[in-house]
Amino acid sequence: MTGFTQEQLGWEPWLAPLAEDELTDVHHEALIDKGRAASPYFRLLARDPEILHARTLTDNDIFYNADGGLPRAERELAATATSRHNGCVFCASVHARFASHYSKHPGDVQRLLDEGVAAPQAGRWRAVIDASVALAATPEQLGPEHVANLRANGLDELAILDTIHAAAFFNWANRLMLSLGEPTEKATK
Amino acid sequence: MITDVIDHLAGITPGSPLDQLRDRRPGAREHAQRSFDALFSPDSEGEVTLVERDAVAAFVTGLHRDGRVAAFYAYRLAALAPGLLTAVETEIKEGRTTGPYGIYPADGPLAAESDEGLRYRVSDPDALGARLTAAFEHAHLLVFRPREASRQALDALSLAGWTTTGIVTLSQLVAFLSFQVRVVTGLRLLNQKGSAA
Repeated sequence: MTGFTQEQLGWEPWLAPLAEDELTDVHHEALIDKGRAASPYFRLLARDPEILHARTLTDNDIFYNADGGLPRAERELAATATSRHNGCVFCASVHARFASHYSKHPGDVQRLLDEGVAAPQAGRWRAVIDASVALAATPEQLGPEHVANLRANGLDELAILDTIHAAAFFNWANRLMLSLGEPTEKATK
Repeated sequence: MITDVIDHLAGITPGSPLDQLRDRRPGAREHAQRSFDALFSPDSEGEVTLVERDAVAAFVTGLHRDGRVAAFYAYRLAALAPGLLTAVETEIKEGRTTGPYGIYPADGPLAAESDEGLRYRVSDPDALGARLTAAFEHAHLLVFRPREASRQALDALSLAGWTTTGIVTLSQLVAFLSFQVRVVTGLRLLNQKGSAA
């Protein structure tokens, strides 16, 4: 098994995905993005197209809606911190790359991967990581102090909502990805 | 009639500042609700019965110990399969712990981060039946030690009669609830006194 990394990893399903030629219009609609038909992960999820469709559109608005709120880099940071804490090596690799790309701070992202969620980080990143980790606990440990710390670091209400959404969403994504397969060293499409 | 379950569970009222804030992320709002609908009132039951969906939901949310969310799903189960409620409540008590934890492979780079904890087994398999017994054990694994998910864990589900598509739906169900309960927690905190209008 690989450790946490920003390298491109592959992902191998433990269950049979639908074959590309088995995909009907319903499946293609559920995948939203045509390119996802090449992914064994998404073709496996396409076995239940109704929830895949709703999940994908939830995901897209949480991460891509650029109307104010938390910058994309920090949404990706919340996703990475959650994945690091829950132990999803594949999810962390994808979103660490995004966090590095959008923030231009690959070293800080790498430290999060190498040393974990308690590794030193500057104020605003510290607040986003701490809130994400507290929300990942079961039962959740997110409290007023985490929200106050996000506000103290300049996050407005919409940015805090984005932090909550991004961190909460990765509690969904991590469990799905970890449940159904495993990362491989060889990158797959 | 509840039209938005997250609003209902977080205590968000129409026209309130939080209602308006949620509207800034209309896709997340609409499709989180559509996800609930897809899992709990699907166009067809497919490979997972409605009773199984509500039983797993009552168990998973009971493990999260959020009174309002757990009561919501327990009520649904009580309406659909009242005979199962006591058994599910027993399993919630047996399964409660704090996570995430779990071991990483001993020969791998993350071995030093291994963290042992409860390895839950259903206490009364006869009361739940084979399919739900396997589903609860898998749900507990995903809730508390997702890093330990494995091919063998899926084999246990298929031995109990879960099909490939059924396992996908079950995984989505547990994973979605892990999201929903956390969004509710966060929104409630934003709703507390001191938040900006």
